[in-house]
Amino acid sequence: MPRSAAFRTSLWFLGLAAACLLLSDIEITTRDPWFELGRMMRGALTPDFFATEQLASALLHTVAFAATGVGIAVLAGFCLALVFHVGAVRWGCAFLRAIHELFWALIFLQMFGLSPLTGVLAIAIPYSAICAKVFAEILEEADATPLKALPAGSGILSGFFYARLPPVWQHMKTYALYRLECGMRSSAVLGFVGLPTLGFHLQTAFQQGQYSEVSALLYLFFLLISTLRLWVRPRLVPLLFVLAILALPPGMPIAWENALRFLTADIVPAPLRAGALLDAGTLGALGRWMGMLLRDQALPGMVATLLLSQVALVGTGLLTLVFFPLISRHFFGPVGRTAGHVFLVIARSTPEYILTFTFLQAWGPSMLPAIVALALHNGAIIGHLTGRHADAIPRRPDSPRGLNLYGFEVLPRVYGQFLAFLFYRWEVILRETAILGMLGIHTLGFFIDNALSQLRLDRMMFLLLVTAVMNVGIDILSRRIRANLRLTVNPETGE
Amino acid sequence: MRVFQLQAANVSYNGRRALAEVSLAIEAGERVALVGKSGAGKSTLLNLLYRQQTARCALVPQDYALVKPLSVFHNVYIGRLNRHAAAYNLLNLAWPLPREVEPVRAVLRRVALEEKLFTPVGELSGGQQQRTAVARALHQGGEVLLGDEPVSSVDELQSREVLAAINQDFRTVVLAMHDVALALAFTDRVIGLQGGRIVLDRPTAGLQPGDLDSLYRS
Repeated sequence: MPRSAAFRTSLWFLGLAAACLLLSDIEITTRDPWFELGRMMRGALTPDFFATEQLASALLHTVAFAATGVGIAVLAGFCLALVFHVGAVRWGCAFLRAIHELFWALIFLQMFGLSPLTGVLAIAIPYSAICAKVFAEILEEADATPLKALPAGSGILSGFFYARLPPVWQHMKTYALYRLECGMRSSAVLGFVGLPTLGFHLQTAFQQGQYSEVSALLYLFFLLISTLRLWVRPRLVPLLFVLAILALPPGMPIAWENALRFLTADIVPAPLRAGALLDAGTLGALGRWMGMLLRDQALPGMVATLLLSQVALVGTGLLTLVFFPLISRHFFGPVGRTAGHVFLVIARSTPEYILTFTFLQAWGPSMLPAIVALALHNGAIIGHLTGRHADAIPRRPDSPRGLNLYGFEVLPRVYGQFLAFLFYRWEVILRETAILGMLGIHTLGFFIDNALSQLRLDRMMFLLLVTAVMNVGIDILSRRIRANLRLTVNPETGE
Repeated sequence: MRVFQLQAANVSYNGRRALAEVSLAIEAGERVALVGKSGAGKSTLLNLLYRQQTARCALVPQDYALVKPLSVFHNVYIGRLNRHAAAYNLLNLAWPLPREVEPVRAVLRRVALEEKLFTPVGELSGGQQQRTAVARALHQGGEVLLGDEPVSSVDELQSREVLAAINQDFRTVVLAMHDVALALAFTDRVIGLQGGRIVLDRPTAGLQPGDLDSLYRS
């Protein structure tokens, strides 16, 4: 029976994920997993907003890092988008965004310590590269007809601001706001490596089992994110940006000799530091060093990362198909949809890192917490986008209901867009999977974190490069698949 | 003085011949109507002429080429972007300058759009958008106007006012028109196109609308 390319691709991915699932390490190792989850649920129902006096400052710093980092990234990304056709810029951005903001934070922590610069750069650098790519795509797809009516000799600058920018301005603003929302999540997670944002207090509260404090922190965070559109008014943006910079925590002074030593000595591979450059013995040692790292750490880390992300990708897809009807007018009335929205907002506002951390506390170390967390978070994001897409389908008065409506009318029409969102998200899921290693799952982040704790920064840097190369590779692959299936994503929302 | 000159010009899109062996000359001061069925090559011919004299022409394209999120004022001002430095243009973009608003208001009065001065173009009707595109060309000024169906979405009475304004401002005018009666009333030379070839080229004087019927038969 002939089947569509989208169907065949889906089957391939399902089969691959099933195989990966057999090979991955999935178990619940805590003696009574439901006991800890029960305590967490109790904490969720009894939030304590006065447990710590640092609650307000944690939220303020989370916003400050996010707004400063994203503000810089939007400006830099806009400038880079104008020269994005240059190959070096395009590849440079692909590389910068292939390294997760938490990894950037690890690098800058070594250079600048716990200075605000660390947090700002950790967000600003990868986000600039992402904004550059998306803004370039937006400009490329923009309606270019106004350009042809410009009088001869109008000048590049005037033409750009009168005819090229206005048609895409709204689109860019919407995307920048979306980026700020992502930046808030990133900023919160930066607390897990020591910056004074939400994650820092969450980690402490979790470890002490203070779940009422955890839920209070998270509820306020959800509130902040879901009201973003209300307090980020276009006219207030410059003011907010300045206030954000002023609200950054003072932190430690930067020891510039540390930064210099990091760049010139710490990250130079050990064999090169020990021997003379370009000596046969040194090069041999360097080869053995790289071989050892690749064999013992990079490869096992990559295998685990790919296995886990493959299962998480398909898990995300399956959950999306369950989630998107929750917010669609085809399936639920206003009350049901509101409940669906609240659920999806919570699931997508909680960073994967925090979700994984939560499930790890309950179920103990294995790949299971990461898979569930990634599928839940990303499924909520794509479910939201797909649900909105589904609502654009006109409804016939005589259309079937329930499962028949889902299977025969809605799913076939949204499936292409759903796949496009999913493959667009693939790279994000992979980046995130690598990071989750820092929580003890044996993905690349685990080996990177290990090298860091042994202060072997040369190894950390090498493993980071391997991670970046892998991410760039997946990015290229996903673009190929999308092109083959003729899928397009709306960059406004597809990230 | 000769403004346009084509010698056996050919244009193809994706292997399909859009203009075949077109030769013509248009002198300064002529008012030319291009008539023919859609797909006969009128737009292609206009674009060819525009490329020949870009610096001297104001253009009213078929799709208006307006910037929808910008106001009518800014869209009309675009006609004079080349007269000012970029910094001045940017200032006027952020903050409409009174000395630029007044001349634009005067132009809009002539196409009956004065009350829409600061309305975003995206909120206008099709006919209003078309008049905005004409106003931009009027504001730009110059010797030559090339218009691709410049009044196709405007009602009969306003069409006549708009065409009169165009004729008043520009010495040389080339208009692609599908309304034969209007074409005869506002031009003094008619060029008929069929299948990318010129099949008729004669003064308007003495022509009856029925004389052009053959152009519209396949």
